[in-house]
Amino acid sequence: MKLQFKIGSVFSDVKILLHQGKQYIPDVTGVEVPGIFRGRPVITAAAAGAVAGAGAAAAENQELMELCPTGAISGDPLCIDMGKCVFCGECQKLFPHRIRFTKDYKISSLTRDGLIIREGQDVPVVPDPGLVRQEIRKYFGKSLKLRQVSAAGDNSCEWELNAAGNVNFDMGRFGIEFVASPRHADGLVITGPISKNMAGPLQICYDAVPHPKMIILAGTDAISGGIFAGSRALDRSFLEKYKVDLYIPGNPVHPLTIINGVLILMRCK
Amino acid sequence: MNAIPIKNNQTLKIQDIPVFPYEEFLELNTGMASDVYLHCVNYFGHLLDDHLRLYCCMADDTNGNILISSAVINPGSGLPIPSFTARHFAFHVFERELHENFGIQYTDHPWLKPLRYSHNRADLHSEIGNYPFYRIESEELHEVGVGPIHAGIIEPGHFRFICNGEQILHLEIQLGFQHRGIEQLFPEKKTLLQRNILAENIAGDTVIGHTVAFADLWESLCDFKAGDDILYARTIASELERIAIHTGDLSAICTDVAYQLGSAVFGRLRTPVINTFQVWCGNRLAKSLIRAGRNPYPVTPDIADALNRLFDAYEPDLNEMYQRMKTLPSVLARLERTGTVTQEQAERIGAVGPAARTSGLIRDIRWTHPYLRYGHIPHQPIVKHHGDVYSRTQIRKQEISQSIRYIRNLIGEIPGTGITNSELKAPMANAFVLSLTEGWRGEICHCAITDSAGDLILYKIKDPSLHNWTALALAVRNNDISDFPICNKSFNLSYCGHDL
Repeated sequence: MKLQFKIGSVFSDVKILLHQGKQYIPDVTGVEVPGIFRGRPVITAAAAGAVAGAGAAAAENQELMELCPTGAISGDPLCIDMGKCVFCGECQKLFPHRIRFTKDYKISSLTRDGLIIREGQDVPVVPDPGLVRQEIRKYFGKSLKLRQVSAAGDNSCEWELNAAGNVNFDMGRFGIEFVASPRHADGLVITGPISKNMAGPLQICYDAVPHPKMIILAGTDAISGGIFAGSRALDRSFLEKYKVDLYIPGNPVHPLTIINGVLILMRCK
Repeated sequence: MNAIPIKNNQTLKIQDIPVFPYEEFLELNTGMASDVYLHCVNYFGHLLDDHLRLYCCMADDTNGNILISSAVINPGSGLPIPSFTARHFAFHVFERELHENFGIQYTDHPWLKPLRYSHNRADLHSEIGNYPFYRIESEELHEVGVGPIHAGIIEPGHFRFICNGEQILHLEIQLGFQHRGIEQLFPEKKTLLQRNILAENIAGDTVIGHTVAFADLWESLCDFKAGDDILYARTIASELERIAIHTGDLSAICTDVAYQLGSAVFGRLRTPVINTFQVWCGNRLAKSLIRAGRNPYPVTPDIADALNRLFDAYEPDLNEMYQRMKTLPSVLARLERTGTVTQEQAERIGAVGPAARTSGLIRDIRWTHPYLRYGHIPHQPIVKHHGDVYSRTQIRKQEISQSIRYIRNLIGEIPGTGITNSELKAPMANAFVLSLTEGWRGEICHCAITDSAGDLILYKIKDPSLHNWTALALAVRNNDISDFPICNKSFNLSYCGHDL
C-alpha cells in the first residue's frame, strides 16, 4: 500500500509537468510580443504629415511637448528621449500621424545619447560593440552575475527583472544570473530614481563589488528620474561619479528588453 | 456637533467639516475606534500659514459612511498633546507621521519613532542611518540586522531582530528608503496626465488599485459621472490585478519553502495573466489602462474573449497545482501555525485586507463601501480564522477563484458602445474628497484638498502596507528566524507604498 501511494504521488507530479508542457520561449531574441506593445517610437516628419504650413507644424510640436508628462519630447526637428519616456502612449493616441510606437523591444543602449529617437528615424537601435569597455569584453563573455539595487523603484522594474529569470524567459540559459551578495557580482543593476535615503546604501553596495565592475540602469526612473525627476527627495549624484555601461529603458522594463540589452554586453567580442 | 458623514468618493466643502477643540476631537475619534467596525482610514495634517489642521477619517463599516472631523493646533508651540495612540494603538502610524513631518510632541505616545524620513520632515538631524532601534540588554540575546539591501530582487528596508538562539523575540522594521516625495509631487505636477502617471507609480504592483483611487477621486472632485463602460473596465482590471499578484505570491511562498515545482508552475501561471493586461493596454502591469475622466482601453468582445480563453487554460492548471501542494506534508509543515496573527492583534493594529481577513477581521472596501460595480456584484469577502501563513496562502487561492468568477460573470454582458461620457469640469474649489478602493493588499485611501482657485494643495495616500507592516512584526514573534522569509512573503507588503 505504501509503495503504491508513493508511485501515485510521483505520477501526479509527472502529470503536472506534462500539463505544463514546454513553457520557455525558444527564441527570446526574435519572438514577437503579444498584443499591443509600446517599444521603440517612430516620429513622422511634420512636413509629411501636416497639411498646413510650417507654422502649423511648429504649433503641433509645441502641443506634443506640452502633452508629454516627463518632457521626453523636445526640439525641432522633434526627438523622443526613451530615457525620459514613460511609454504612456498618450502622444500616439492624440497625434497618430506623428508618433507611432513599434513593437521593437530591443531598445537598450550603451550610451545615453543612443536612447534619443529623432524625427524620421526608423531603424533598430544598433549598439556599437566598440563602445563596450575593454575589461567587460575580456572578462564577461560567458557568464554574468549581477547584483540588483532597488533605489526607490516602484517595484515594477524589480518585478520584471525577476520575471526575466522565470521559466518563460529563462535568462539563466545565457549564464546571466542575479546573485545575493555584491561580493559575488560583476556589476550592479539599479532600478528607481535613487532617493536620498538610498544614496548611502547604493554607494556601499557599489564599493563592495570587486573590480572590474559594470553599472546597468534599468527603467526610465533610474535613467532620468522619470515622473519623479526634480523631486527634492532624490539624490542622483551617484550617477555623476561613474560611467554607466548599459541603459535599459521602459516603464517598467520588459523582460525581453532586459535580456536582449544584457546580451549586448556579453556578445560584443 | 458631530463628525460629518460622507460616502466613498464624495466631495464636500472644506467649510462643512466640523472643527473641534483638540481634546474633543481626540475623545470623538478614539471613542469611535472602540467599535471594531469603525476604523481609521486616514488621519493627517495640513499645514496652513501658522496652524496645522488635522483631519481624521473614520470608516463606518456598518452603514457605509466615512466620518470626517477636524481640529486646529499650533505645532510651533512645542507643547506636547495627548495622543490617540495611547487610547487605540491603530493610530500609531498616523501620529508618527504627524510627529515626523510637523514636529508635534505627544505626552503619551508609546512608540514615537521616525516613520519614513520624508525629505520635508521637521527634524533634519534625524537621519535614516541613526534610527533609534529598540534594544534589550542581555548576555544571552543577540541581534540580527538585515537590509536595507536584501538577497534578492526586492525593495529595500531594514529588519532588526532580537533573538534568543534561533527564536525571534522581537522584530523592528525600519522603512523610508523608498521615499520619493510622491505626495508633494502631486500638487507640483500641473497636468492631469502627470498626476495620473504619478498615481500609477505609487506602487508598481498595485497600479490598478492606486490609479482607480486617484481616478475616482479626481472625477468626484470635477463632478464627473463615470459611464458604465468606465466602471465596468475598472472593475475587471481590479480583479485581474488581484489574480495576477496572488498567483505570483503563491509562487513566492513555494520558493521560500523550497518547493520547486510549485514555485515554477505558479510563477509561469502569472505570465499569461499579466500578458493579458499587455494585450489589453500595452503594459504587463496595466500602466496606462486607467485615466481619470475617460476610458482609453474599453473592454471589447476581443478582450472578453481573451479573458475567457485565459481562464479556461489557467484555472485547471492552478487547481491541479494547488491541490497537489495541499497534500504535501513537507510544504504544510512550513505553513501551518507559522507566523500567526490573532484577531485581537489584527484589531489592535488596525490590519486591513487579506491580512485582516485571515485573522477573522472582516475588512473589505468592496463589501462595506462599494465603488465601481461592486455594489451590484454582490461581493462576499472570504474570511479565515487561523491567522497563520497557511491561512494567507489559502485566501489567495480562494480569492483568485472568486475574482475569476466575478470576471466571467461580468464579461457575459459587455456594456454597449455609444456611451457618452461627459467632459471633466474644473476641480471644485475649497473642497475635500476621499476615495477608498480594495487593492489586492487591502484598503487604499486617497484624500485631496483644493484651494479657493480649485488648485490641488494637498494629496494624501495611504497604502494598506502602512498598517500591515506591524502585523508582520507581530507574526514572527516566537517563530524561528529561518521562518522569517516565508512569513514576509505571506504578507508581501509594499515598501514604496509605505514610503511614498
